[in-house]
Amino acid sequence: MALVRPGSGSAQPAKLRWGELEEDDGEDLDFLLPPKQVIGPDENGIKKVIEYKFNEDGNKVKITTTTRTRKLANARLSKRAVERRSWPKFGDAVHEDVGARLTMVSTEEILLERPRAPGSKAEEPKAGGDSLAQLGKGGAALKLCRTCGKKGDHWTSQCPYKDLAPQAEAFSDKPPTSDAATGAAGTGKYVPPSVRAGADRTGSDMRRRNDENSVRVTNLSEDTREPDLLELFRPFGAVSRVYVALDKNTSISRGFGFVNFVNREDAQRAINKLNGYGYDNLILRVEWATPRTN
Amino acid sequence: MRPILMKGHERPLTFLKYNRDGDLLFSCAKDHNPTVWFADNGERLGTYRGHNGAVWCCDVSRDSARLITGSADQTAKLWNVQTGQQLFTFNFDSPARAVDFSVGDRLAVITTDPFMELSSAIHVKRIANDPADQVGESALILKGPQGRINRAVWGPLNRTIISAGEDAVIRIWDSETGKLLKENDKEVGHKKTITSLAKSVDGSHFLTGSLDKSAKLWDIRTLTLIKTYVTERPVNAVAMSPLLDHVVLGGGQDASAVTTTDHRAGKFEAKFYDKVLQEEIGGVKGHFGPINALAFNPDGKSFSSGGEDGYVRLHHFDSDYFNIKI
Repeated sequence: MALVRPGSGSAQPAKLRWGELEEDDGEDLDFLLPPKQVIGPDENGIKKVIEYKFNEDGNKVKITTTTRTRKLANARLSKRAVERRSWPKFGDAVHEDVGARLTMVSTEEILLERPRAPGSKAEEPKAGGDSLAQLGKGGAALKLCRTCGKKGDHWTSQCPYKDLAPQAEAFSDKPPTSDAATGAAGTGKYVPPSVRAGADRTGSDMRRRNDENSVRVTNLSEDTREPDLLELFRPFGAVSRVYVALDKNTSISRGFGFVNFVNREDAQRAINKLNGYGYDNLILRVEWATPRTN
Repeated sequence: MRPILMKGHERPLTFLKYNRDGDLLFSCAKDHNPTVWFADNGERLGTYRGHNGAVWCCDVSRDSARLITGSADQTAKLWNVQTGQQLFTFNFDSPARAVDFSVGDRLAVITTDPFMELSSAIHVKRIANDPADQVGESALILKGPQGRINRAVWGPLNRTIISAGEDAVIRIWDSETGKLLKENDKEVGHKKTITSLAKSVDGSHFLTGSLDKSAKLWDIRTLTLIKTYVTERPVNAVAMSPLLDHVVLGGGQDASAVTTTDHRAGKFEAKFYDKVLQEEIGGVKGHFGPINALAFNPDGKSFSSGGEDGYVRLHHFDSDYFNIKI
């Protein structure tokens, strides 16, 4: 662990005439400052940083900061552990080439996911997003337990009789047999498990929700990123998804994106307001996204 | 948090163990080479070459000088932790499954699987200070349980040995006479194979995980059931935080069924539970297969998980983990 001790350093503001430094540059380059220079740290841990900036009078100032970087032994480690740190590699680790990359830091941020969701949080947005669809099906019994058949009492995953139910065991592996019978035997043709009666509709509904209230934004500048879009669209209502299309190879924005609203009215208002809006020197085009064909 | 991914093993992980200082992490896998890693940055320090079968379990001495490993090649081996050199080989007639050093590192318990017509057994070996004086004879052999004995650990003051395995019964043995002292109450006990067992840091209680989709906390002396943590997948690995009242359960659907379903359906997260309230705190995702091994750093600030996918994932907790409120 390295700790930079600024106390040992010294700042020496020195007035410099710009003209002396760079004589043959044009006169309007006055506003330019030489780049920051970092020298070291050398074997004694001495590091020099040379910076340039303007002072209050508009004169250029060269600041040299000298610092000493000291390696502090990690206080948490025992002496033996510090010793072990310098043990030579052995076994297969001896011939380890740098390219092997056995140890990598995950590119993905992993969070401790709180389970509060099943009871309260997670179900709410789902119910909200699909409320129309759910009501359209004529079922007020949103909570229907597939294990014991109770309505409105608990979700399947929280069924107290879960372990007693014979098919619960095989649930994740194959679809419930009774559903398969009703779905497949009725028509005699294959019905995907997700569409069968009684199956967990989450998957398909999620996809549909993604397509619903979707607004396409085109003529975005290359610098626009998802947070920028979110900032732009959030004032109109709850946004469930923001997506900016990036070029696979260059990671540069392809100039269009999608914003999904939870409510259709919000999306309509956003379209009315932002279509033709000037954003980053470009005129945005905001319209309803055409549903995906597949 | 951004976990550190360690891909040193070609085959599924079987066991993880930190040394007492928490700076080294030992990993065992079904490939033949137990590996040691630096527990802070995940750098590989070395591998222990010599086994000729899956390595099921390991334990490291308190001074981090010796490592003992139990392998399916019908041996348990003692290693020099620093050099990776083999010090001694205990030969058995059936695969070795669990190993554990006693307090003081003068004894080790090794369990062997049922094999051919042999039944499973628990062996107690004396560990000599000088490897040159090491002998292979067992000080004690315990027999009786049916099926594999997946874990055997020492009880308080080395007076007892606690074993658990495929017959779902937890037994406490006298380590001196070899007499069976206690069996857990069948009413409250596990219904299926017990896959893992972890002692608390003070050795007053221990946690067992079972394929019956639950983990149970037991008193180490009286063998009374203290808590039960119910989950929705078979539990392959358990660990207890030495710092907070948290227990971690790892598992997932059977490895043979993994490829047939979406990885989300497999529930391959490490699940955190409040030890006292038995309530779920959260889950840590990441593995593409069931979690086979879990271990908590003795400082309680990081934990690692080993999966069927061959990866060890080393997680250093974010600061907000330490202020989680239920």
